[in-house]
Amino acid sequence: MKMPQQAPMSIEELQAMAAAIRRDIIHMITVAQSGHPGGSLSAADIVTALYFRVMRVDPHNPDWPDRDRFILSKGHACPVWYAALAERGYFDKSHLDTLRKLDSILQGHADMKKTPGVDMTVGSLGQGLSAGLGIALSGKLRRKDYHVWVVIGDGEIQEGAIWEAAMAAAKWKLDNLTAILDLNRLQNDDFVAVTMPVDPAAEKWRAFNWHVVEIDGHQMPEIVAALERAKTIQGRPTIIIAHTVKGKGVSFMENVAAWHGKAPSPEEAQRALEELGQSIRR
Amino acid sequence: MASITHRVETSAYHYVRPEVIPLLGLDTHDPFAAAFQQATRYAYAEAILELGEKNPDVVVLDADVSKSMNTYKFAERFPERSFNFGVAEQNMMAAAAGMATTGLIPYASTYAVFATLRALDQVRNSIHYPCLNVKIAASHGGITPGPDGVTHQGQEDLSIMRSIANSTVIATADSPTTQLAVWAAAVWEGPVYLSFSRDPVPILFDMDYPFEIGRAVTIREGCDATIIANRDMVCQALVAAERLAREGLGVRVIDCHTVKPLDTQAILQAAQETGAIVTAESNVIYGGLGSAVAEVLVEHHPIPMQRIGVRDTFAESGPYLEIIKKYGLSAQHIARAVQQVIARKEGGRSRPLR
Repeated sequence: MKMPQQAPMSIEELQAMAAAIRRDIIHMITVAQSGHPGGSLSAADIVTALYFRVMRVDPHNPDWPDRDRFILSKGHACPVWYAALAERGYFDKSHLDTLRKLDSILQGHADMKKTPGVDMTVGSLGQGLSAGLGIALSGKLRRKDYHVWVVIGDGEIQEGAIWEAAMAAAKWKLDNLTAILDLNRLQNDDFVAVTMPVDPAAEKWRAFNWHVVEIDGHQMPEIVAALERAKTIQGRPTIIIAHTVKGKGVSFMENVAAWHGKAPSPEEAQRALEELGQSIRR
Repeated sequence: MASITHRVETSAYHYVRPEVIPLLGLDTHDPFAAAFQQATRYAYAEAILELGEKNPDVVVLDADVSKSMNTYKFAERFPERSFNFGVAEQNMMAAAAGMATTGLIPYASTYAVFATLRALDQVRNSIHYPCLNVKIAASHGGITPGPDGVTHQGQEDLSIMRSIANSTVIATADSPTTQLAVWAAAVWEGPVYLSFSRDPVPILFDMDYPFEIGRAVTIREGCDATIIANRDMVCQALVAAERLAREGLGVRVIDCHTVKPLDTQAILQAAQETGAIVTAESNVIYGGLGSAVAEVLVEHHPIPMQRIGVRDTFAESGPYLEIIKKYGLSAQHIARAVQQVIARKEGGRSRPLR
């Protein structure tokens, strides 16, 4: 058993950790022969930056009332969450082999009552941002200084309830709430632009009175800077629109809708892990 | 604990206000003509105000019906603990779930149709699956919003909520029991669904009513049959029992305010002691109180039983008392059903009403 990784990490350490988390994702989905690699890989850099640099959390005290909250509202991508939690030391990495199996602490979509560190049960799209909004309202009411981070998907923002939450967060000036839009351009069926276009996304969020930032969701310095700055914005919620690549890091998965919810074969997994192993030596 | 013997010697009332008993009369509308009435949604608003004074963790969430449910009074008294989400029930429910993860006790207030239909996904996945401490306060339960018509009549709310794991489902008969339920929900760990009436219903009980979540209360004694009712139908059940008393039948009435967890003991005791059961609810007959009672009886003690409730239909706009007559929920309908189950009892006899 490896010692849990320490935070905050340098940019280089974060990049290495993101690669390790990508390998964990491929590994666990391959063992499970079920799961969603594409959207897990696209969010890997963002989730790594949050857990290993930006968020105020204590893996040994996952219910600490003053902790920052993280909600992966696009809950099907929970392998990235589980990998980050395991690498951060919330639970032993051996659990990753139990994904989607009976009696596992790692459900197909994240369950806050089963997995240490999971701050909200997710899976039905369009609910995590509302839950984060509730936590942020509670933080304001009780004068807590924690920050709430919610990752949403670009397919997910087709859900009407996302925009209900968007309106409400601006109404209550929730500057303790930051959404990160994992804009990977693909959803289950096809390209988002084909299935149901969400562009222009930035203008939509601006029109809902959010502070909008656009970044490359795979450039670690940009990610860290945007997340750190989001904590300082006052009087309104921030959304970081992260332009990402679905399946990022595995060449044959990148930008292919079929890898939204498909497990790789052992041979494909081997190829993927080799590619990701190379990226760590970059 | 008030318990008085009525003029019909075979029967006795428990917890029913003595001044109400002579007003029950024989007809659907009798207690409505004379007894003091209140829509239980207003009782909720009064109860939550008092609760807000005592418990700083209680917050009230609205979805643009605070003027209808009177929760605006809570907003006036505790502005920092009141959150109006506008016409956005889905967001309200999931936000309530988020609040509950931090130890707040949110009462999410809206109408039954919106709580259990529009926002059901949030209610199931964000509140009940993680078993979070959210109280769902739903007005317009059953077909009590008579004039508003079908879109606002929550005639499925008990069925839907009962089918969800981790749920607790309560439908109280009048204002005092509603207040007691609102307070009981606050100390009940986990989600609670509270169904209120939009239209006024007679105040049947006092605050000495022994309200306990999951415990049905026998409010009228009788040995010939039992009516198990909840929400607005408790009043109709009492009128039906009174009507049948004039025919010489002693009919027990149970206020089964908690549909889940169901008081199976009280139901089985009534089944054993009276041998015939009628359920009465302004919910559909599928999946609500009647179904719940039938499930217990068929597995443990099958006896003649009949369900009064909304049949496989939508209702329509109209005055509450006229609607319950047209759609088969009135005291007369309940009384007729009781006669039928008694007739089906071995050695039982049927006495036609006038």
